[in-house]
Amino acid sequence: MSIPLSWYLILAAALFCLGLYGVFSRKNAIAILLGIELMLNAVNINLVAFWRYLNPTQMAGQAFAVIVFAVAAAEVAVGLALIISVYRRRKTVVADEIDLMRW
Amino acid sequence: MTAEQIIFLLTGALVLGSAIMVVTVRNLLHAALWLVASLFGVAVLYAILQANFLAVVQVVVYIGAIAILFIFAVMLTRRELMEKGRQTRPNWWIPALLGLLLLTGLVLLILNIPGINRTAAALPVGLDTVQALGTALVSPDAYVLPFEVASVLMLAALVGAVYVATVDKK
Amino acid sequence: MNWIIWLLPLPPLLAFFVIILFSNKNKVLSHSLAITAAGLSWLGSMVIFINAVGTEEFGKHVFESAINWLPTGATWLQVGVRVDPLTAVVLFFVAWTVLAIFVYSIGYHNFGQPKGDHDLPGLPPHGTTITEDGHTHSVPSIEPMYSRFFAFISLFAFGMYTLVVSNNLLTLFVGWEIMGLCSYLLIGFWYGKKSARDAAVKAFMTTRIGDVFMLLGIAFVYSFTGSLSFKDIFQPQMLQALGSTPAFFGLSAAGIIGLLLFIGTVGKSAQWPLHVWLPDAMEGPTPVSAMIHAATMVSAGVYLAIRIFPLLSLDAHTMTVVAFIGSFTALFAATIAVAQNDIKKVLAYSTISQLGFMIAALGVHAYVAAAFHLVTHAFFKALLFLGSGSVIHGMEHGVLHTGDNMDAQDMFNMGGLRKKMPITFWTFLIGGLALSGFPVLTAGFWSKDAIFAEAFGTGHLLVFIVLALAAFLTAFYTMRQITLTFFGEARSQAAEHASETTWTMTLPLVVLAVFAVGVGWAGMPAWFTGGIVPDWFHEFVGGTLAQVPETVTFNWIPVATSLVVALGGLFCGWLAYRKVSVPSEDRLQIPLLKNKYYFDEIYAFLFVRPAKWIAEKFTSEYMDQVVIDGVLHNLARFSLFLGHAFRNYFDKPVINEFVGDGAGKTVRASGFGLRKIQAGRVQYYMIVAIVILVIFAFLFYFLRLGM
Repeated sequence: MSIPLSWYLILAAALFCLGLYGVFSRKNAIAILLGIELMLNAVNINLVAFWRYLNPTQMAGQAFAVIVFAVAAAEVAVGLALIISVYRRRKTVVADEIDLMRW
Repeated sequence: MTAEQIIFLLTGALVLGSAIMVVTVRNLLHAALWLVASLFGVAVLYAILQANFLAVVQVVVYIGAIAILFIFAVMLTRRELMEKGRQTRPNWWIPALLGLLLLTGLVLLILNIPGINRTAAALPVGLDTVQALGTALVSPDAYVLPFEVASVLMLAALVGAVYVATVDKK
Repeated sequence: MNWIIWLLPLPPLLAFFVIILFSNKNKVLSHSLAITAAGLSWLGSMVIFINAVGTEEFGKHVFESAINWLPTGATWLQVGVRVDPLTAVVLFFVAWTVLAIFVYSIGYHNFGQPKGDHDLPGLPPHGTTITEDGHTHSVPSIEPMYSRFFAFISLFAFGMYTLVVSNNLLTLFVGWEIMGLCSYLLIGFWYGKKSARDAAVKAFMTTRIGDVFMLLGIAFVYSFTGSLSFKDIFQPQMLQALGSTPAFFGLSAAGIIGLLLFIGTVGKSAQWPLHVWLPDAMEGPTPVSAMIHAATMVSAGVYLAIRIFPLLSLDAHTMTVVAFIGSFTALFAATIAVAQNDIKKVLAYSTISQLGFMIAALGVHAYVAAAFHLVTHAFFKALLFLGSGSVIHGMEHGVLHTGDNMDAQDMFNMGGLRKKMPITFWTFLIGGLALSGFPVLTAGFWSKDAIFAEAFGTGHLLVFIVLALAAFLTAFYTMRQITLTFFGEARSQAAEHASETTWTMTLPLVVLAVFAVGVGWAGMPAWFTGGIVPDWFHEFVGGTLAQVPETVTFNWIPVATSLVVALGGLFCGWLAYRKVSVPSEDRLQIPLLKNKYYFDEIYAFLFVRPAKWIAEKFTSEYMDQVVIDGVLHNLARFSLFLGHAFRNYFDKPVINEFVGDGAGKTVRASGFGLRKIQAGRVQYYMIVAIVILVIFAFLFYFLRLGM
């Protein structure tokens, strides 16, 4: 293993920031969820890298990553369900137009 | 530059490049497909990290389920008019700046951690990561509780998603 | 014994309150209460008098009783009652005249007559038409304000009794003022007549002037001697101190005090120059004129002067003033009386003149003579006034009977009344003769003679001559009055049909006539009786002073003068007027005399008009409306201006707009501004969160803040 840990971390950070950018800059609600997925994956990469490099015998790292998978899946499912429900009501998925809770 | 590092760099380029495409393309379907590519790259990374189980799970769950979900959702919420016009907000440079700032900060932070450049030690001989993971996930001394709770979470998410997305029958 | 003295003023006071509060409607009850009260006081006075007369050396053993009344630091101001010889004789005549006048009032106000057709309270009653024997004519009607009259004269009697029995200047002044009030109320009894109202005000104001000075005198007495009771003031050492301490205007303290108190007498007893109110006071009903202006109130003034004689006599200048005013007034009033046609006005001026006699007597140190004349005058003047009231009543009966509307008081409308009203005639004649000083038989002779004797004997010749002239005129106008009224033929229809008045009016006349004759015999001088009948009055009343004054040595000049002027005056009067029937034939209708020397006009010009100007123009308009109200109006205007200024320049812009609305607007604006963070757009929230995160990360990790 000759890849320094820092490379993984920087990769994960870059992915995270890209996901962040996606969340903020896209109008479509589904596109926002795509950005969130990227961020979650970045987190996972971080977790697994730390597991491998620090203490591979302890399975906590992977277990954690498994849980993150589960959560991400659940979140996507519910989120898309919500978006579809909102689409049915408001006939739009543009995030800016879903603003009934504004002042 | 070892072979591993080259593979890593290529994989990293795949991941990041696909991610950039995800966040920039106009067509939402293309964005979902680029997400698939990115997720695939992440699976390769897991393999490099010798987290075999996770690599497979990544492909099966993320690509096989989540990305498919995305594609479904895009299909269901398509409107002709929506595809025209901007897909990004007018002031997109704020998030870009923000992202860059965050990246810079995180990188600086990472590089300042002492001993961050170390390489991984070899796995102990005889360690079967998949078996160890399985045992950890169901062993009462280990992580069976989070595991079960995650199952409950999945159930709840399932029920919730079904309920939320149900069409009201008149 | 002393308790009777304390109770003397009480019955009339109670009668006053009861009549006023309860028995106003019930005429019989009212007059019964009043008469009973007067009777009780009369009884008490008689008891006191008899006891006083029976006491040896009464002047040294007076009845006195006092109580502590007002705390004044370490001492007390005492008030109380005192009956010394002077008081006893004054009580005597006050009691009799008051009772007589009360009884007379019943008949005077036509008790028992029907109510008038259109009589209004406040105006004199003017008859009611009745039909008897198929013959309609008017008869006198009862006075509508009957009870009120008796209430007022009861109050008046209370005032007089209080004044007479008091042992100090304070309660004397109280009685003085109560009588002044009653005088006002009773002169203005028929308040519906403007002339009566004006006369009441005039009387009150004029006597007030005297009262102010009197009060100053009382204050001076108190500050000098520390006491107001006669016993303390007339102590020999005190008198000496008063007489020797110099005070203002070159007079001693006694002189000033005497002068000030004497000015009170001048006002109350209508001496010149404060005489103008008495003739106008004839507007009141005749019993009022009799009581107030003959027997009691004006006598009170002289009573005061006689009381303070020990003080007055200390200063020669004051005595000169007293003598001057007395004798001048006597002559002055007598000259006016000669030209008056109203039967009551003649008597009014006569009263002024006779009071002048008394005061002149005091001025020449004739203490006893003055007191004597006071007593006799009260009886015969009351008699004369009541008699004139009876005459007027008779005339009014005639006026109502014939329906002839004319002045029932004008002597030139009368005539021949001696046949129609005999009792009135004889009693009036006795009174008139007493007034003139008809020798021996009448009381007036003895008292006037005493005055002449004293004036002549002490060498005050000018006073003597003036008084003699006044006496002559007195006799003259009295006979004029009697001739015009009673002798000759009736000069008008009313006089034709005049008739005698009821017994309630003629009985008092008879009683007073008895006294008008008999009282004089109590003071006959020694030379007349040759010492067989003692001059009881001189001894008795003289005992009031520290030493009984000496009787003046007999001189025939004053006696002769007295006889001459009395008889001569009477004869001349009869002679001149037995043939006169209209005013144009009366040669003494000189305008100057008829118009009272224009004193009313002079006073109106000098005092009344400037006073009115000061009141109406100066004080009311300038001071009150312009200055004081101006201050108030301007203060109000300024306050309003301040109010508006505050409102418009401070309250509205600063408080309302800046603070009130401003706070509201600021909050609203900040709300408007701040609500933009509630965009409702999730991405926006997240951007904010990340920005904050970056900032804090920067702060904590890179700048190491908080480490």
